Amino acid sequence: MLDDIDRRILRQYQHAPHLGPADLAERTGLTPATCARRLDRLRSGGIIRANRAVIDWRALGYEVEVSLRVALDKTDPRAFDEFIAEARNVPEVIEIQTFLGRVDLRLSVIARDMAHYQELYRSAILSLPHIADIEALMHVARIKSDEGLPL
Amino acid sequence: MIALDTTDRRILRLLAADATLSASAIGRRLGLSQPAAWRRIRKLHESGAIKGQRLDLDHEKLGFGVTVFLGVKLATKGRVSLEDFERAVTAIPEVQTVEHILGLYDYRLRVVARDIADFERVLRRRIMTLPGLGNVEANVLLSEERRPGPIG
Repeated sequence: MLDDIDRRILRQYQHAPHLGPADLAERTGLTPATCARRLDRLRSGGIIRANRAVIDWRALGYEVEVSLRVALDKTDPRAFDEFIAEARNVPEVIEIQTFLGRVDLRLSVIARDMAHYQELYRSAILSLPHIADIEALMHVARIKSDEGLPL
Repeated sequence: MIALDTTDRRILRLLAADATLSASAIGRRLGLSQPAAWRRIRKLHESGAIKGQRLDLDHEKLGFGVTVFLGVKLATKGRVSLEDFERAVTAIPEVQTVEHILGLYDYRLRVVARDIADFERVLRRRIMTLPGLGNVEANVLLSEERRPGPIG
């Protein structure tokens, strides 16, 4: 189980994931050896699943991000599985979420510009199976995105 | 706009899975020398293609079993400034992301909580008391999958 030292490490590390073990040890007031051992345990225990580079899609020329909220035709029991399997084949879909609520699924879709988005929407999105209703929301700005946990 | 070649894309894909990979480990996988891999990695950072790192934590194992997306509409546009709302909402520790959205509502919030009772506490004490809050729509997250994106 987690103790206060683990939590202290995670609190620092989640807001500064670029830190190496030595810097992290210094910030948490631990010896480098203790800090490295704790990090190993957090990784092997599956609490830290990965430390990922975050790609700036806008810098790579993807100016448009759209949230597509999808309601599925649930009379077909395979609707979720088939929809998700097909959505995975669209490279511009960068996130697939399922929900309990008014919305069944949400896709995050990126595109180079509005014309590219229109083309994707018509050729790749509308042809996904079992869609009952679909609604598009445009991203204007990310105001907070650190995704830290209140540990 | 940053132009990437095939090798850059493969490096980006590896780093998106594990940003702690060393230049020599990446070089070995892609058949590059360590200095060549290092130069390309540095270029990806300096050009802004990589904007940072993110720790991928198992929320459930850390005791956060519930994630809810809230679609928020502001009630009194003009009277309450967007800045006031944004300042107040970003200060809530349980709110992980705040996105300004065009469409059905104004903002989308990603809220984490320990369980449904904890979520109710956050909703009542922190969200419902936000300045200018209007309608709120809640959707409980059941599953989430992040895809590599168009860098294949």
